[in-house]
Amino acid sequence: MDLFKMFSKPDNSKDIAKERLKLVLIHDRANVSPQFLEMIKGEIINVISDYMEIDESGLEIKLTRTKRDSDNSTVPALVANIPIRKMKDSGKV
Amino acid sequence: MGEVIVVTSGKGGVGKTTTTANLGTGLALRGKNVVLVDADIGLRNLDVVMGLENRIVYDLVDVVDGNCRLRQALIKDKRYSTLYLLPAAQTKDKSAVNPQQMQKLCQELAEEYDYVIVDCPAGIEQGFKNAIAGASRAVVVTTPEVSAVRDADRIIGLLEASGLRNPQLVINRLRIDMVKRGDMMNIDDMIDILAIDLIGVVPDDEAIVISTNRGEPAVTNEASMAGQAYRNIVRRIMGEDVPFMNLESDSGFVSRLAKMFGFKKIK
Ligand SMILES: Nc1ncnc2c1ncn2[C@@H]1O[C@H](COP(=O)(O)OP(=O)(O)O)[C@@H](O)[C@H]1O
Ligand SMILES: [Mg+2]
Repeated sequence: MDLFKMFSKPDNSKDIAKERLKLVLIHDRANVSPQFLEMIKGEIINVISDYMEIDESGLEIKLTRTKRDSDNSTVPALVANIPIRKMKDSGKV
Repeated sequence: MGEVIVVTSGKGGVGKTTTTANLGTGLALRGKNVVLVDADIGLRNLDVVMGLENRIVYDLVDVVDGNCRLRQALIKDKRYSTLYLLPAAQTKDKSAVNPQQMQKLCQELAEEYDYVIVDCPAGIEQGFKNAIAGASRAVVVTTPEVSAVRDADRIIGLLEASGLRNPQLVINRLRIDMVKRGDMMNIDDMIDILAIDLIGVVPDDEAIVISTNRGEPAVTNEASMAGQAYRNIVRRIMGEDVPFMNLESDSGFVSRLAKMFGFKKIK
C-alpha cells in the first residue's frame, strides 16, 4: 500500500483550478509581451546556425502544453519547428 | 496632494464597486477627506451602492464637457461629513471621456481630497484606460475563481505596463468552509500565482447584500465580518500595519502573513 498516498489529500477541485490557472497564465503572459517569443526565436537561430543552415522564414516556435511521460501530468512546453537546409561541416562528426 | 487610487479587476461582478464604496466610507469614518469617482460610464452603480442615487444633478461627463463646475457635480454624503461622490453619466458611453480629461479631473480632485477612489468598469478597453489614467495607486480585486484570477493577472500586467507598479490585491468573497474542504483556492494559492502584495481578504458575507439593499456600506456595520475586513483594509491603505484576520486555520496562510507583516503567528 502506498502510505504516502494514504496521507496526502486526494486531488481536490482547488488543486485542479490552480494547475489549470498556472498553465493558462503561461500563455496569457507570453501574449502580453509579444517580443518574448521573438527573443527566444532569435537566440535559437543564433545557437543552431553554428551547426546547420536553417530556413529562418519557416521557423515556428510556440508555447503549448504536453503530457509528461513520467506521470502523465500536463506541463507547459516550448515547441520549435526548425526546417534544416543542410548541415554545416562543424556539425558533422 | 492626495492619493488617487483606482479599484479595478478585469472581470465584472467581483466586487469593485462594493470595495470602492466600503473603502471610501471607511476612510471618511477615519476622518479623511474622500471623493469617490464612478468611472463606469453608461452603467453607473456606485450611487445606488452608496444610497445617493436620488441626489444626482450633474455627472462626470457634465464636468468634463464644461456643463457645470466640478463642485456642482459632487454629491456630499450627509451621513459622513468628509465623503463625496462624483457619479458617472448614465446616458453616455465610455467614449464621452478620454484619458487626458480623466487625468486632469483626478489631479484637480487630489488637490482638495486626501483620497480620490476611482471605481473602474470591467474590461480592458477605453473605460479601463480612462479609469487608470489619473491614478497613482491601484487596488486589484479578485474572487477565488479561475476566470477572475486569470483576468486579474492580465490587469496586473496592463497596470504595470502603464506605470502603475505594485498594485495591491483584495481577495473578495472567500468562503472559508470551501477553502477548508479544498474546493476553493486559498490565499496562498492566489498570491503564489499573481505574485503581488495582498492588502486584504473579504469573506463572502450576506451583510454585503443586505447593506447594498439599504445603500449603507457594510464597513459601517460593526457586527459584519466583511465590514471588519474592509475596516482593516482601510487602515492598511492609510499605511498602518494591521494583522490579517484569521479567516483560515491553514497554517501556510497565517505564517506567510506573519512573515510578510512581521506579526506573531495567531494560534
Ligand atoms: N464579499 C461579498 N459577499 C457577498 N456578496 C458580495 C461580496 N462582494 C460583492 N458581492 C456582491 O456581488 C455583486 C457584484 O459586486 P460589485 O461590487 O457590483 O462588482 P463589480 O463592481 O466588480 O462589478 C453585488 O451584487 C454584490 O453585492
Ligand atoms: Mg461595478
